[in-house]
Amino acid sequence: MIEVLYGIPVLGLLFQFVGYLIEVLPIIAPTIIGAATPIALGAMCGFMNERSGVVNIGIEGMMLTAAFVAWWVASLSAQLLPGDPIGPMGMSPALLVGLVAAIGAAMLVSLVHAWLSITVRADQIISGVIINIFAVGITGYLNLLISRSAPPSAGQFRAWDAPAFLADIPVIGWLLHALLSQGPIGLSLLVAVIVMQVLLFRSRWGLRTRAVGEHPEAAETVGIDVVALRYRNVILGGVFAGLAGAYLTIEFGNSFQGEMTNGRGFIALAALIFGRWTPLGSFGAALLFTASEGIQRAVRFGPPEGALGDFLSSVPTQFYSALPYLITIIILAGVVGRSIAPAADGRPYSREKREKRAKASA
Amino acid sequence: MTDRSSSPTAADSATERPPLLEMRGITKRYPGVVANDDINLDVGPGEIHALLGENGAGKSTLMNILYGLAAPDEGEILLNGQPIEIDGPSDAIRRGISMVHQHFMLVPVLTVAENILLGDEPMANPVFLDRGAAHARIRELSAFFGFEVDPDAKVENLSVGWQQRVEILKALYRRADILVLDEPTAVLTPQETREIFTVLRRLTAELGTSIIFISHKLYEVLEIADRITVIRRGRVVGTRIPSETDEDDLAELMVGREVQLTVDRGESHPADVALQVNGLQVKDDRGRQVVHDVGFEVRAGEILGIAGVAGNGQDELVEALLGLRPVSGGSVTLGGAPITGASPRQLHSLGVGFVPADRHRYGLVLSFPLTDNLSLNDYYHAPFARGLVRNDAEIRAHAERLVEEYDVRTPSVTANAQTLSGGNQQKLVVGREFDGDLTLLVLDQPTRGLDVGSVEFIHKQAIAKRDAGVAVLLVSAELDEVLELSDRIGVMYRGRLVKILDARATDREEVGLLMATGGRDAEPPVDAPTVAS
Amino acid sequence: MTDAPAQGEPMREEGHRPPSTVTRLVRLGLLPAMAILLALVVGAVIMIASSPLVSGSVDLGLPLTAYGALVSGSFGSFDAIINTLVQATPLILAGLAVGVGFKAGLFNIGAQGQFLMGGLAAAAVGVATAGLPPIAAIPLALMAGVAAGFAYGFIPGFLKAFTGAHEVVTTIMLNYVAIQIIAYVVSGPLRGENVSFARTETITSAALPVLAGRNGHIGIAFALVAVPIIAWLLFRSTLGFEIRTVGANPEAARYAGMRPRLLTILTMAISGLLAGLAGATVILGTVGHIPAAYATGVGFDAIAVALLGRSHPVGILFAGLLFGAMRAGSGLMQIQAGIPVQMVNVLQAVILFFLTAEVIVRYLFRVRAETAEMSELKTITGSYGTGQAVK
Repeated sequence: MIEVLYGIPVLGLLFQFVGYLIEVLPIIAPTIIGAATPIALGAMCGFMNERSGVVNIGIEGMMLTAAFVAWWVASLSAQLLPGDPIGPMGMSPALLVGLVAAIGAAMLVSLVHAWLSITVRADQIISGVIINIFAVGITGYLNLLISRSAPPSAGQFRAWDAPAFLADIPVIGWLLHALLSQGPIGLSLLVAVIVMQVLLFRSRWGLRTRAVGEHPEAAETVGIDVVALRYRNVILGGVFAGLAGAYLTIEFGNSFQGEMTNGRGFIALAALIFGRWTPLGSFGAALLFTASEGIQRAVRFGPPEGALGDFLSSVPTQFYSALPYLITIIILAGVVGRSIAPAADGRPYSREKREKRAKASA
Repeated sequence: MTDRSSSPTAADSATERPPLLEMRGITKRYPGVVANDDINLDVGPGEIHALLGENGAGKSTLMNILYGLAAPDEGEILLNGQPIEIDGPSDAIRRGISMVHQHFMLVPVLTVAENILLGDEPMANPVFLDRGAAHARIRELSAFFGFEVDPDAKVENLSVGWQQRVEILKALYRRADILVLDEPTAVLTPQETREIFTVLRRLTAELGTSIIFISHKLYEVLEIADRITVIRRGRVVGTRIPSETDEDDLAELMVGREVQLTVDRGESHPADVALQVNGLQVKDDRGRQVVHDVGFEVRAGEILGIAGVAGNGQDELVEALLGLRPVSGGSVTLGGAPITGASPRQLHSLGVGFVPADRHRYGLVLSFPLTDNLSLNDYYHAPFARGLVRNDAEIRAHAERLVEEYDVRTPSVTANAQTLSGGNQQKLVVGREFDGDLTLLVLDQPTRGLDVGSVEFIHKQAIAKRDAGVAVLLVSAELDEVLELSDRIGVMYRGRLVKILDARATDREEVGLLMATGGRDAEPPVDAPTVAS
Repeated sequence: MTDAPAQGEPMREEGHRPPSTVTRLVRLGLLPAMAILLALVVGAVIMIASSPLVSGSVDLGLPLTAYGALVSGSFGSFDAIINTLVQATPLILAGLAVGVGFKAGLFNIGAQGQFLMGGLAAAAVGVATAGLPPIAAIPLALMAGVAAGFAYGFIPGFLKAFTGAHEVVTTIMLNYVAIQIIAYVVSGPLRGENVSFARTETITSAALPVLAGRNGHIGIAFALVAVPIIAWLLFRSTLGFEIRTVGANPEAARYAGMRPRLLTILTMAISGLLAGLAGATVILGTVGHIPAAYATGVGFDAIAVALLGRSHPVGILFAGLLFGAMRAGSGLMQIQAGIPVQMVNVLQAVILFFLTAEVIVRYLFRVRAETAEMSELKTITGSYGTGQAVK
């Protein structure tokens, strides 16, 4: 159908590109979603932090820590516990223990971030820097020591066999099928995105979180405990960073390498900004970001015909990789559709300070 | 002089019935200062009890203690005769104490409804909010007070007066028995003030709410209060009933000595036009035009005051005149020479001095020593610098001279500005800006947040400059200050200079009306009694 | 008039008598020194806890062996000291880059990207000038690196000044863009001909001459000279006064006729220049080429250096030397004690942690040390959520 439009000069190329996307997207969708999952989970961690007014650039370090702990604890447990799957999707006791440990580790790191950011009222960026440096150091250090004894891998979660009829649904069937054909961590992301999106705008928790992220002084005066709410949200955010890390070592892959997060935590930050600090938006942004690399791969293996194919093949692969970062800068600069952070994001809240200000103006 | 007839019963009964709230022997110390020293305060049911005091007297500290935002070092609070401990704002709210803060505590990006129900949300189930119930209750409450507010409007789009109403709705939504209002009229016109007073009287008369009304405006307190407690330097210095006191008595109590309520500004002798503004147009940060076709002149040796409710374009006008904001139309001349769009630095070298509204934010670098602060405008040229190299000796000598001349109390010129008291900090700014040969002096709310002594000092300095032949432009949302100092008064309303009046031929009522309506309505729809002051 | 000291704002004692220089230095250095000490203790605990993985059993002496090797690897011989200086050079330069940003209230997380771009430009020009004599090739290559860093710092400065895009986010993003730019340029147009992996040709003529020991190149002098220059710039020049004023109170700076917008851009560019110089120094003086997948942590270590040095040039000099020494000695630590080099990252992170959470240090040592410099940093990212362009 669409082919008849390809003949139009210039615009035809665009139509051909759309046609190409329609053709390849169903094929590369699983890859895109697989790559997007840890980024979207990381963005959910950032969402929990920044919506309540705490900047978190330590997502990368939290993910790396969780990735290591998931893999190491699963490996240790595999040597003690029966390795057979006890549930669907390859859920073995060892993997579940590893998953829980990863979440716990990320929550612990989040607790440190919360303490530095909320109680000590340190610069939140510095806290994030500390977490990132420490995570690279401690995971690299332990990984090298452990790998001397070459511990066995505990395996990985398997994807769910989504019902095949889903794929037959017109237009969105392929997407639905690809989204549901994931392991437990990938599926939990879908649930989390929808649940958190609804909670943010419809629940008491969401209203209070938005208020605290925008104007903590106002929230305090109506009896909301700003400090407690921030602590709770930052630590709960750790759950998502834990899932993101565990995804890399016990669902997507089954091994750990030093610094394996490879900037995903920072793309997560970008996805959060691009998605305007909402769960659904961040998830969409993560998909968009990883789609650029997915398309690049598709072009490498089967470029479209003619001028479009030549053009797409001539674009350096690195350009696709840099695209998410460039888009984020453009969005933040407000060139296309401004993205604005919660007003109190990054500003330590001090009750005494409020008191003092009130006193000065008395 | 006052009319309190709308709640006579409340006033009478307040002294007979047992007090609803008692604060006994409240003491609160901060490092180096006793903010509250053995304060006693009681409030009866349905009473409006005014708390009067200067800036920094300790009123807000006392109210923060009542609201659970600060813990007292000594003393106790009794509610209905029972001693209570207030553990944070939520506890205060639960006990029926609500507070409207001087700086509105509203979240700009949330709606009116979300702001009102925040912290006390009606729930449809344990997780989700019940929006229908919330809206119904807000409509019902606002109908009771005769103003309608759209629950779905974003607070950031409301005017200051409406935000004030939302704040009061917020307190009423929580069914407050005791309502604390911290300087509620600071940003309102006299007419808006009267509307708020009507609401407050209905509250006490029909719902029996007790109100603690914090203010430093004497005539307001005399008008609205059943009783007045005066605080000075953290201590209660007296309690009065309005019928048995007057402004002079209250002022003396408040300041601790006899004060002249009005500065003797003497005769002005206007000479040539110094500042001439024609058809000035200015846009705000969002690109909306907020100053429309403003034109006026200030002569050497006179003070022109610009009155107006905050947010009517005065800030942008001042910024445009000082080269801090681009001018989108019109022209400005100084002594006949065009200065439209001149930079702050050029203006400074032409003899323009400027005292900003918020000295902490605009006037000083608190973490820098006095030396750097006193040469903040002139650091770049001789004798303070040659090329890129700074000359510390000259910078220091200059600072020592100004500290001496303007009587800045400091241990050393190398001390950081933040170690000085508020009054001395303002003297730093005044010293820097008043120094040298001035043509024009721009004062933007120069006394906000200062104690009476410092206010007097700055007012006298301003008049001295006027008498020395400097053109003075005073911009203030504080109507009293404009009335007190100005020789002529211009009123800003929605970005326009609606009228310029002779200060000796006008009064608070006329200026207030212009501030509120821009003068287009001949008679305002106000049913409250007229204030005679 | 009567001077009523406003009750809200108490006079503080510090203002009375400025303490002597020595007392000030001790106070300034006390907290960092204690943070370092505590970090070494934490590092020792980690080593002992993980010693079964190193030697098969709990080894209480392991930290001593490790720290001993760390010290002798960094100061134990002339070559070791030279190596410490070589390692410290980029850390000091990039640390100054971050520190200058701090002074202007800017958090330049992008020293990493500016470092990389400086290294790339220096390598490109270094390869291209192979036919020129060193006296011409070296300055050209260095200037290319400096210019690239300047430009790469200019971008986030410009975005912050004119659009309000916060420099923390834009510089993080630009770091990753820089990695991709290097990967593209070096695996494509600049790829050397007879190399086993994607890298540029070896830099010959533009290589920095070695003056001392095995690898003590002239770049060390750049770092040592940069410290007093930056100190002079910040504290003795009008430009430095403007930078510091904008950092401490941008509104007051604007009202005083300074141009915060211009200064924001200029400071970020100067910051980028220093980081670019650091990158050029490493590529021209130590590596000798740039690989397509060039991995370095200098830009992030620089943040730690600037913080430990309290964003003062002299502090940054010492902090850079310390971290340089740890990098230089980590190899010997791995060989002699079997402790992986990543322990250095752990130590750096823990030092920063104690520096940031100074309440712990104060509690443990019951010290009353000066905090003014650190509290300056506490507010830097407070503007993160506002997204306001500089006026």
